Amino acid sequence: MIPQPPQEPESSLKAEVSRREVFAKIGLLLNGFAAVVLAAPVIGYLVSPILGAQRGGYKRWVELGELDEFPENQTRLAKFKNPITGVDDGDTDNIPCWVRRMKGEKFQVFAINCAHLGCPVRWFAQSSLFMCPCHGGVYYQDGSRASGPPERGLFEYTYKVENGKLWIEAGQLPTLSTSASLRGGSRGCQG
Amino acid sequence: MSGLKKIGDWFEQRLQLAGAIREATEHPVPRASASWWYVFGSAALTIFILQVFTGIMLALIYVPSAAEAWNSLQYLNHGVTLGWFLRAVHGWGSNFMVAVVLIHMCQVFLFGAYKFPRELTWIVGVFLLLMTLGMAFTGQVLRFDQDAYWGLGIGASITSRTPVLGPYLVHLLLGGPIIAGATLSRFFALHVFVIPGVLIAFVSLHLLMVLKLGINEWPMPGRIVRRSTYLREYHDMTHKDGIPFVPVAVWKDMFFSAAIILAVMACAAYFGPFGPSGYPDPTIVQTIPKPDFFFLWLYAMLALLPPSLETPALLIGPVIVIGLLILLPFFSGEGEKSWRRRPIAVVTLLLTAVALGTFTKLATYSPWSPVMDGWSGDPVPVGYLEGRTPLQRQGALVFQGKQCRNCHAIGGSGGKRGPELDRVATRMTRDQLVRQVIQGGGNMPAYGKNLNPAEVTALVSFLETLRPANQPPARDAAAQMANTSQPQSQPDADKH
Repeated sequence: MIPQPPQEPESSLKAEVSRREVFAKIGLLLNGFAAVVLAAPVIGYLVSPILGAQRGGYKRWVELGELDEFPENQTRLAKFKNPITGVDDGDTDNIPCWVRRMKGEKFQVFAINCAHLGCPVRWFAQSSLFMCPCHGGVYYQDGSRASGPPERGLFEYTYKVENGKLWIEAGQLPTLSTSASLRGGSRGCQG
Repeated sequence: MSGLKKIGDWFEQRLQLAGAIREATEHPVPRASASWWYVFGSAALTIFILQVFTGIMLALIYVPSAAEAWNSLQYLNHGVTLGWFLRAVHGWGSNFMVAVVLIHMCQVFLFGAYKFPRELTWIVGVFLLLMTLGMAFTGQVLRFDQDAYWGLGIGASITSRTPVLGPYLVHLLLGGPIIAGATLSRFFALHVFVIPGVLIAFVSLHLLMVLKLGINEWPMPGRIVRRSTYLREYHDMTHKDGIPFVPVAVWKDMFFSAAIILAVMACAAYFGPFGPSGYPDPTIVQTIPKPDFFFLWLYAMLALLPPSLETPALLIGPVIVIGLLILLPFFSGEGEKSWRRRPIAVVTLLLTAVALGTFTKLATYSPWSPVMDGWSGDPVPVGYLEGRTPLQRQGALVFQGKQCRNCHAIGGSGGKRGPELDRVATRMTRDQLVRQVIQGGGNMPAYGKNLNPAEVTALVSFLETLRPANQPPARDAAAQMANTSQPQSQPDADKH
């Protein structure tokens, strides 16, 4: 067997306990302080996606294309590069949307994401309906809810026409709580 | 003294583990607990070790980047020797692990093993189940294909329903404004570092408690658990009529673990790896995302819940279910262990299993979704067109061309979202058909704006022919009543 360390005599142990206890407590406090100092930047780092939304906002004006690409009384799929990108997004920052040109410069630009749970809705020109493949949400051509589980119509992007081009204000995944802003409001962290 | 023993002694002198190991492995277990019913816990641990091992193997090749993940999986499937097999073992191992953990939980529940003094073992087990499901979901995300991409969208949409905090949580979940590289990276961190780390810690706690408190005895009807007497009774049971876990009881665990590993490998070899499905480019909208098997029940519930109940069910439901599971040993910590004397427990378990099974089964053919190519797939059956007038045939064209068939089946093909229309004329009169087409209702969109009067007339003429030859068409009883009770009624009853 490995020899055990010799026991300290009782008396000297007792005498030193209180002093060592104080040091131990100070040590604990020091480590607590270090933990707080360390935690602050770590938390800041972790919540940066939220802070990013509040500082610059995630919305930018994005060009969708020439007006000629969108014939009147038709609804067409358009694609744009998300204005905020990361380093290795691959093709995930190519975002589709449905552009409905009614007359002249009157448009409706719908998000691809179903208002129910975000699946990609598909346009059926023959029946003038958007249908969702996931849970059966259906919308009319103006984006209003026709049937199924969605509680509201399709999300819409704010648009403008400048120099013969169609622009939309976009940048974030539209959901029930991150969508209102896309209509030009200022809800939530949309800045 | 042999050389081997010398080496062993050298380590033992320093580690001093032999006693503890002997105590742990040779601890006495109740004779009846050395049963085939008690093998699922050890099997879950075995699969977990398999998952850690195959996961590390996959990490040698996998690239956790939104740009490259999908390509690296293709490379694993096709470019690396036996890469497909390791992916398949990891994927099937995941399914087996969820299944075995669920079976283990059901067994523990039915055998009353969560009762005193094993409450904390059960609670840790509940968290182990949640983490196992967490691993299954994050793993599905790492298979960065279209299902993973849109699955994340569903996750974000569910998160967004949280009151007040919704938008912040969405951005926290996605790591930015959209599903992109940062999203995959954080799910990689969760799947590879965070959840497995916690899982290992919790498995250790779980095991420690099994050793300290002893394995649950075989429940006998009438043998009541009481806090005051249980520990002594259990001690007597194990020490007077117990058997050492190693080597007497362990062989069943070992047999079953080996069988499970072989079963995982057999499935992997026969069925191959899971996906990846389509390339994760959101502009490819021709996709029908579906979750993995163990989340199909949720997919079905999300389609079938009334819209107004969805948000409460999504946000409060899990809190209630997890809360009940955690509280279970506290309001049922004593009493009967045997399932023969616990009818409510048995019925609860059966109902849960039947409900989840039904939802899962429904989700495999998702009758709530329109069939996106229903209208362009099969033609209208010839029998429905023979001997019909030109107007009726024109109606069949409208029926097909306006995508009615995406939701309504005829001749056995088409969507199941709306009712089958093969006998619709026996159920609805002409007037009712016109009204339904134009105004919709009962979950059907209104087609009033999309069909001109001529198209409606043709369509309804076609629909009126859809009834078996020997069954009369639906008739408007009220109109007939009105006509017969009025002596001077108009001769032309068809016009309204």
